[in-house]
Amino acid sequence: MRAQFVLSEIGVGLRRNLTMTFAVIVSVALSLALFGGSLLMSDQVSSMKGYWYDKVNVSVFLCNKSDAESDPNCAKGAVTTDQKKQILADLEKMDSVVEKVTYESADEAYKHYKEQFGDSPLASSLTPDQMQESYRIKLKDPEKYKVIATAFDGRDGVQSVQDQKGILDNLFELLNLMNRAALGVMALMLIVALLLIVNTVRVSAFSRRRETGIMRLVGASGFYIQAPFIMEAAVAGVIGGGLACVFLVVGRYFTIDHGMALSSKLNLITFLGWDAVLTKLPLILAASVLMPALAAFFALRKYLKV
Amino acid sequence: MIRFDSVSKVYPKQNHPALRDVTLEVEKGEFIFLVGSSGSGKSTFLRLILREERASHGQVHVLGKDLARLSNWKVPQMRRQLGTVFQDFRLLPNKTVAENVAFAQEVIGKSKGEIRKSVPQVLDLVGLGGKEERMPGELSGGEQQRVAIARAFVNRPKLLIADEPTGNLDPQTSVGIMKLLDRINRTGTTVVMATHDQNIVDQMRKRVIELEKGRLVRDQARGVYGYQH
Repeated sequence: MRAQFVLSEIGVGLRRNLTMTFAVIVSVALSLALFGGSLLMSDQVSSMKGYWYDKVNVSVFLCNKSDAESDPNCAKGAVTTDQKKQILADLEKMDSVVEKVTYESADEAYKHYKEQFGDSPLASSLTPDQMQESYRIKLKDPEKYKVIATAFDGRDGVQSVQDQKGILDNLFELLNLMNRAALGVMALMLIVALLLIVNTVRVSAFSRRRETGIMRLVGASGFYIQAPFIMEAAVAGVIGGGLACVFLVVGRYFTIDHGMALSSKLNLITFLGWDAVLTKLPLILAASVLMPALAAFFALRKYLKV
Repeated sequence: MIRFDSVSKVYPKQNHPALRDVTLEVEKGEFIFLVGSSGSGKSTFLRLILREERASHGQVHVLGKDLARLSNWKVPQMRRQLGTVFQDFRLLPNKTVAENVAFAQEVIGKSKGEIRKSVPQVLDLVGLGGKEERMPGELSGGEQQRVAIARAFVNRPKLLIADEPTGNLDPQTSVGIMKLLDRINRTGTTVVMATHDQNIVDQMRKRVIELEKGRLVRDQARGVYGYQH
């Protein structure tokens, strides 16, 4: 196999089919960028899950004076010291599911709230009296929330039992849904890309049928005849894959570091590092070479018989 | 060299076979004319030898190999021992004469040195010495056919298949081409040539095989065309 011969054939083929080649490059780039993007997204979600599930608590909110007037759960008035002691004692007895219990006083709750939402207009109208005391319970298994809920919901002095995991789950579900939508779009783009490749190869094989016909007659091997077409598809694919990599790197840069700068605006979330992005790139490049090459190979089986 | 054992060929979706029960043998070094009207099965006969088609019944042996049992990936190796020439030349218009001939060697992976040596040699043989850098479009029909013959012969095939090589040429040019094919035949290469050219067949007095509606109707040593239009 003479490399020079094959390379010149590829160049000729790509130039002859410039518009089609361009379409292949763009569709491969878009589909693989979406693919990489959704891989990163699911990495992000699972790292967030790990981080947040570690921190989430089940909170048992206790009635305060203002709840006693408005909330039917607190009809019997604000929580008493005895009730608090009883609740704490019961929690400590449930050490098969409870890992740690911390108490947050109304003053602490007010302070935390101020820290988090200090700028909002609502925060300035709040007073420490309106905040609730609570027990923050860290579970050994975050799924065991029900046990706490049944034990303390409706008890005197308890306003509500809240599972923060439930709130997070909604968020994660939303993110996963978005991720699946991106994957769906990717799948469609990928099909478009593959069909384009098949068509490009077909046009290319047709426009060079004279050459391939002669090659067949003089006994060029099937591989030798097909290689230029397959490499053509692979070259177009890898250019698309390279573009997809650029999209991802630039995308991370502008959404997280600069531009939208989410990392400085949402400092509660730990965003993926560059390493996560960089490890995806070889995968994308490999896919960008292999998929078009395989598509071309199967297209040629039909259009270039021995 | 070539052996047909009761070979029939029926193309898919056609009732009438293109070849019916053809049996014949071609020895090494022979020169064969294949005659018959259009649709008599000449092309099918040649396509079977080139293994562009497979026989429906019977066996085709070429160069000692049973083509029915030759796996697809071995076909290219077999074809390297065959040369083919067509009525329409089939040259690459954007390559020079020398490049057209070299193409046949490049695509089977011959080295550059080998190509540089054999291309001028074979162009001399076909009488095109000095026209290496011309484009096919600048050549006469006869010269273009010589390029095609050079390309078919450059890999020194044992068997040369020619499908109406003089079909597009005037009688005088045709004689030149036939002299060239005869010279190639004298080097020991077997030649099978399908033709409609009565004068040539009558002059050359070689073995003639006549097909009619797919049947072998005549196999005559030192034969004449004999077929009336």
